[in-house]
Amino acid sequence: MTVCNACRYCEGLCAVFPAMEMRKAFGSGDLNFLANLCHDCGACYVDCPFSPPHEFNVNVPKVLAAVRAQTYEGYAWPRFLAPLFIRNGLTLAAAMPAGIGVFVLSLMLQGHPLRMSQRPAAGGIDFYAYIPHQDMVLLFGLTFLYSILAIIMSGREFWRHIGASPAHTSLSKAVWQALRDAASLRYLDGGGDGCSSALETKRDYRRLFHHMTAYGFLLCFSATSIATLYHYLLKLEAPYAWWQLPVLLGTAGGIGLSFGSAGLLVEKFRRDSALSDKRTRGAEVGFISLLLLSAVSGLLLTLLRESAALPVLLALHLGIVLTLFLALPYSKFVHGLYRFLALVRSAQERQH
Amino acid sequence: MVHLHRRTKTLTDIFDLLVIGGGNAALCAAISASRNGAKTLILEAAPKFYRGGNTRHTRNMRCAHDMATETLTGPYTESEFFDDLLRVTEGRTDEELARLMIAESKDMLTWLPRQGIRWQPSLGGTLSLGRTNSFFLGGGRAMLNALYRTAESLGVEIRYESEVIDIEIRDGRFVSATLLHEGGHRQVRASALVAASGGFEANLEWLKSSWGDAADNFLIRGTRYNRGSILKMLLDNGAQQVGDAKQCHAVAIDARAPKFDGGIITRLDCVVFGIVVNNRAERFYDEGEDIWPKRYAIWGRLVAEQPEQIAYIIFDAPSLRLFMPSMYPPFVADSVPALAQKLGLNAAALQRTVQQFNRAVRLGAFDPGRLDDCATEGLSPPKSHWARRLEAPPFYAYPVRPGITFTYLGVRINKQARIVLQDGTPSQNMFAAGEIMAGNVLGSGYAAGIGMTIGGVFGRLAGRAAANHAKD
Repeated sequence: MTVCNACRYCEGLCAVFPAMEMRKAFGSGDLNFLANLCHDCGACYVDCPFSPPHEFNVNVPKVLAAVRAQTYEGYAWPRFLAPLFIRNGLTLAAAMPAGIGVFVLSLMLQGHPLRMSQRPAAGGIDFYAYIPHQDMVLLFGLTFLYSILAIIMSGREFWRHIGASPAHTSLSKAVWQALRDAASLRYLDGGGDGCSSALETKRDYRRLFHHMTAYGFLLCFSATSIATLYHYLLKLEAPYAWWQLPVLLGTAGGIGLSFGSAGLLVEKFRRDSALSDKRTRGAEVGFISLLLLSAVSGLLLTLLRESAALPVLLALHLGIVLTLFLALPYSKFVHGLYRFLALVRSAQERQH
Repeated sequence: MVHLHRRTKTLTDIFDLLVIGGGNAALCAAISASRNGAKTLILEAAPKFYRGGNTRHTRNMRCAHDMATETLTGPYTESEFFDDLLRVTEGRTDEELARLMIAESKDMLTWLPRQGIRWQPSLGGTLSLGRTNSFFLGGGRAMLNALYRTAESLGVEIRYESEVIDIEIRDGRFVSATLLHEGGHRQVRASALVAASGGFEANLEWLKSSWGDAADNFLIRGTRYNRGSILKMLLDNGAQQVGDAKQCHAVAIDARAPKFDGGIITRLDCVVFGIVVNNRAERFYDEGEDIWPKRYAIWGRLVAEQPEQIAYIIFDAPSLRLFMPSMYPPFVADSVPALAQKLGLNAAALQRTVQQFNRAVRLGAFDPGRLDDCATEGLSPPKSHWARRLEAPPFYAYPVRPGITFTYLGVRINKQARIVLQDGTPSQNMFAAGEIMAGNVLGSGYAAGIGMTIGGVFGRLAGRAAANHAKD
């Protein structure tokens, strides 16, 4: 950071460097703020005359990635679950069979042996014949509420720790600015050149894939929300025809999420290893894989819902999604929260 | 003379243009030649990470413009640019080439973005350059990355770690070059040559031949690969010399910087806020002559003339936040003698110098934004502006040494960037751009960002002329 502060060539690339210049000393809250403001595009690494093999060995993306890993752990709620982040890939790998197991067990209890037969499944395509709707709502509802609570608690702690808001600033304006910055992934643009793993070609693939993933996720989430409204308000029960909103949104979202997360995985492996912090790799790969699996299993379920594979696919999909929900507060998912809060703070600082 | 090695192999392709060097000038030449249809090869002596010579450490280019732009705060006319150049060089410039360069610099503001470079407003701490200089977003290495991407997309062939060890020149005409690559020798033929391989600042032996042993204490701010070998080959083979071997861009940089490649983060622009003493704890020059960056570039030479080529910038607490820090922390102590001890200076002598200075200071309205009225009276050498008593502890010091940016001695060129031979005629097919011909425009002195103007403008001209030559 003393090197960066004496150089400042990167000042125009993103919000991190101007924020760095405003600070004379760096406390742990400041570091957490800067680390989460960084979108890890890598531009400051390829543009730095002092990055390795130069003897000054400046590698801002790597240093900040390591701090981010500490953020995720340090603000986990409840505290005793923080170690889940350390071996996140492993946690997710272990949690998923458990999640699926819940549904397999549930199927068996309902008296549906998981046998593939040539005939259409006994229940037709009525999902709730396999898993009663109320069980599903209870299980997912509770999981989701818990995850939301845990995420809010973590975010609150982070916001407190990065210091008091600067005086005379408008929080609502800052939130609006941060929403726009986050929705466009403004700072994943490599300083305007486009961010990519193959750092020298600078094609904007990571931002594209991230958009597909994030908006795909939101579409899937809204499909589920709308289905819930249909169920309770309009008394329309699943399954829905292909032209109904839950299926249309879910399919579009599922396709975006599949290609987006697959693309992010590919980019992850193509990325220059000098830039990444090895500790977070498991968590990143684990979370993206979980997204990919939930999208692909959801799409398969939609496609094959009239076949005998329905019960198996249903258990698989619900199991994966349950794992995803449960893992949200202890997975890479939280990057969105901390980055957003950092963007808000950065927008506040720039209101002066 | 040609000394072809037995193991010499000829590259199978014959190129229209060979560009030796890999910085701003080389890339602008290669890109403009390539856009004019020339099949071009770039030979860069450095490994890929260190490609681009001193361009890696640059951040802006001085270009004339008639109106403010998105990133430039106001007009900077050709005549104002020329006046600035005359002032810094004290008239030691080739007027015809200088005026040509300044006229062509206007077009660089739009040409470079077409090659992938992006401008940004001037960086923090450089407000005084906001009107005259255009800053590269992400700095010089970002600029280079963009130029290399563009060159590659145009089909320019680029070879790293390929040092040219011999050039065959016959009757002032380039024939072939021999390069050292992966232990073997290879020969390259091309219809034209652009020499854009920098100055000789990293060649300590050459520096010593004009500076004597003092050169041992010089630090080289940029690349270790600018050894001037191509410059020497050209001069030995009939190219006309321009400039003086002692002239260079040299500033005072933090003495703790590495021998090579410390770049921008070793610079110290706080001379105007304190006093500067040599290792006898004596002042030796007016620290307040003019504001940064106008007098920034004289301090390298001034320190080079001091014993052991070392000096110390001494200031007190109120000045600490007035300038950009270097990457090294300043020495700090609660009293002047204690500071002297930390620096290894005679405590009584430094105390005496500071007391004499303090007694001579006549209070005025301190203003780092202009030539203020804070000056010394009856002191030799005087401090003519920004003189404030050094009295508020803690006291700080930065040790400084001469940091050479680049040398000015080069080959003479004409308006097409053609190398002029010793008999005064231009070479048919040899061109030069960048530091290797900077002495045509810069006889002495410096103005921020002008090295990049020289490289960009003459690189582009050289590439275009070389492509046209290859077509004929």
